Amino acid sequence: MLSAPALLGVEFDYTLRNVVMGSAALGAVGGAIGSFATLRRQSLLGDAVAHAALPGIGLAFLLTGTKATGGLLLGALLTGWLGTLAVLAITRGSRVKEDAALGIVLSVFFGVGALLLAYIRQSGEAAQSGLDRFLFGQAAGLVAEDVRLIAVVGGGALLAVALLFKEFKLLAFDPDFAATLGFPVTPLTVALTSLIVVAVIVGLQTVGVVLMVTVLVAPSIAARQWTNRLGPLVILAGFLGALAGATGSLLSSTVDRLPTGPTVVLIATAIVGVSVVVAPGRGLLWESVARRRRDRRTRIGSVLADLATLSPAPVSGGALPVTIATLASHRGVTPRELRRPLSELKRRGAVRLEGDGAVALTSAGEAQAAAAAHRERLWRSALARQMDLPGDRVHLSTDDIERVLAPEVLVALEGDQTTGRTLGTGDESRATGLNPDGIGMTVSGLPAGGADR
Amino acid sequence: MDDATPAGAFPVEIRDLTVAYQSRPVLWDVDLAVRPGRLTAVVGPNGAGKSTLLKAMLGLVPAASGWVKVFGEPPARQRRRVAYVPQRGSVDWDFPTNALDVVEMGRYGSLGWLRRPGRADREAAIACLRRVGMDAFASRQISQLSGGQQQRVFLARALAQGADLYVMDEPLAGVDAVTERAVVALLQGLRADGKTVIVVHHDLQTVPSYFDEVALLNVRLVAAGPVEDVFSPENLQATYGGRIGFLDAPGAKATAASAAD
Repeated sequence: MLSAPALLGVEFDYTLRNVVMGSAALGAVGGAIGSFATLRRQSLLGDAVAHAALPGIGLAFLLTGTKATGGLLLGALLTGWLGTLAVLAITRGSRVKEDAALGIVLSVFFGVGALLLAYIRQSGEAAQSGLDRFLFGQAAGLVAEDVRLIAVVGGGALLAVALLFKEFKLLAFDPDFAATLGFPVTPLTVALTSLIVVAVIVGLQTVGVVLMVTVLVAPSIAARQWTNRLGPLVILAGFLGALAGATGSLLSSTVDRLPTGPTVVLIATAIVGVSVVVAPGRGLLWESVARRRRDRRTRIGSVLADLATLSPAPVSGGALPVTIATLASHRGVTPRELRRPLSELKRRGAVRLEGDGAVALTSAGEAQAAAAAHRERLWRSALARQMDLPGDRVHLSTDDIERVLAPEVLVALEGDQTTGRTLGTGDESRATGLNPDGIGMTVSGLPAGGADR
Repeated sequence: MDDATPAGAFPVEIRDLTVAYQSRPVLWDVDLAVRPGRLTAVVGPNGAGKSTLLKAMLGLVPAASGWVKVFGEPPARQRRRVAYVPQRGSVDWDFPTNALDVVEMGRYGSLGWLRRPGRADREAAIACLRRVGMDAFASRQISQLSGGQQQRVFLARALAQGADLYVMDEPLAGVDAVTERAVVALLQGLRADGKTVIVVHHDLQTVPSYFDEVALLNVRLVAAGPVEDVFSPENLQATYGGRIGFLDAPGAKATAASAAD
C-alpha cells in the first residue's frame, strides 16, 4: 500500500537532490570567486563573460551536434574567454575605456549568440536541443552528471582560491605593492580572471547567461555587510550563494514554469536587501539608530552647555532659571525641539522645570553643564586647528574628547583655552577667558610641529 | 656623482632614463645616483614624473631608454632589499581588512608561495605598528582610521619588509601634525639604522629640516645633491617655473600646489 507513494517520493527526492545540490554548488563557487571580482571592481567583467558564452553554446551545437552539457559548456568557455581577451585588447589597444569595452563585447557577443539560437530554432532542432535553457536557466534539467561536473570544476576553482588566497588578497588590495614584493602580477591576474570565467560557466545551465552576474556579485555584496575580514567574507559569500542557488532552484522546480535564473536572482537580491538594512555596523538600520542616538546626545550636550553659559550667576545656592524661549533662540531652534532633551535632563536630575516656561540647573546639573560647556569649547579649538580626525568619530560638544584626542593635543588645547586662541563663535563675551579679537583664528599646526618651520 | 664611490655602492643609480606613457615622455633623460644612508627628497610640480621616477626604481614601469640599478642590479633582482610606500589614495580603504593584516602583507614577499603568515609574522607586524604608534589600532578596520593613521599603517607595512632601501610616495601629504612628527621621527630612525630613504615630498618649506639630499624634478632632472648645495632659489625657479615666490616668507606654509595657483 505504501509502495507507490514511497517510490514516487524517492524519485522526487532524487531529482530534487540533484537540482538543489547542483545549484548550491554553483552558488557557492560564484559567491566565493565573485568576491574577488567585486573587490577588484570587475563585476561587469563577469557579466560580459556570461553573455559572451552564448555564441559558444550555439557554435558547439552547430559544429558537433552535441546536446551534452559538457560539450556545450566547453564552447561557452571558449567564447567566454574570447570575450575577456576582446575586452583586454580593446582597452589596451585603443583609447576606449573599460566600461565601454565591456558594453561593446557584451552586446556584440550576445547578439551573435542570439542570432545563432534563432537560426537553430528555425532549423527545427531547438525543441530537442533545449538550448534556450541557457538564456534564463533551468535547474530542473540538472542530472547527476551535471552536478558532478559542477562539483569537480567548481571545487577545483575553490581549491585554487584557497591555495592562492594570500596572493589574490594582495592583488585585490594593492597590485603595485604585490609587484614590488616580486609576485608575478600579470599571471596572477590571468589566473584570477580565468577562475571568474570558470565560475560563470558552471552556472550558465542553471541561472542562464543573462542573469549569471548576480550570482557573482550579490553574495559578496551581502557578505561585505556582515564582516570586515576577507577570509570570512569569501566563505560567507560562498554560503549565501549556495543558499540563494538552493532555494531558488527548489522553488523553480516545484512551481510550474518558474524559470530558475530569475528566481535565484530575486532570492539573492532579497539576501542583499536584508543585509544592507539590518547588518550590524554597516546596515542602514543600525546607522540610523546610531545617528539618532548621536543626535540626541549632541542635543542634550548642547542644551547643557547653553544652560551653563546663559544661566545668570547665582547669588547664593542653586543656579537661576532661564526661559526655554531664550534657550531655544540661542541655539536657533524652536522651543518644541527642546522638549525632549529637557525632559531627558529632568529625568537625570540635571535640571528642574519651573512652572512659567523656565528651566534651571540643579546642583548636580551645574557640574555637568560646566563640563559640557568646557568640552564644547575644546572641540571648537580642535576643529579650528583642523585636526585630522575621522569624521564619524567626532560628536561636537558631547563626546569624551579625551577618548578621541591624544593627551599631548589636549594639553595644547587647554593652553589655547587660557591664552584665548580659539575659533570664535561670534559671541565671545559670554565665554570667559577668551580673547575678544580671537574670532575665526585658525592655527595650521601644533606648536611642536610649527616650531621647526 | 662621487668618482671615489665604487660601482654598485649606490642604493639607486639611474642613467639616461626616459619613460613615456603613450608617446608622451614623463621622464626625460634622467641621471641620478642616490647616496646610501641618507634621506633624499624628490620634489617638483604636479606632473613632473615624481611617482613615475619611484615606480621606475621599483621596476614597475618599463624604461623607454636608459636603465635603473638598485644596489648594482636591476630592480627585479633586488625585491627583498626595497620597501615601497605607495600614495595613500592608490588603494580602496573600504577593503575588508584590518590594520594588522595590511602590515602583515609586508611579510608576504619573504613568505613565498602557498605559505600563510604565522605567529612570527604577526608579532613582527605588531612590532612595526608599535614603531609608528599604531599598535593600539591593530584590529581596527582600515576604513575607520583617519588619513594620517592610514598613512602610518602603510609605513608599518614597509617596515615589515625589513628592507635596506625605502621608497615612499608622498607619505606626508595631507596628514595631521601627530602623524607628521611620527613619520619624520621614523625617517630619522631609519637613517640612524643606516637605511636609505627616498621620499616624494610636496612641502618645500620642510625640505631643509627633514632631508639631507634633494632631487629637483620636472620631467628632466633639474638638480640633485645635498640640500644645502642644490636647494637654491635658482634651481627651484628652474623646476617650478616663474610661479614661486614664497621661500623668502618664512612661517608661511606654502606648498608646490598652492604656489602653482
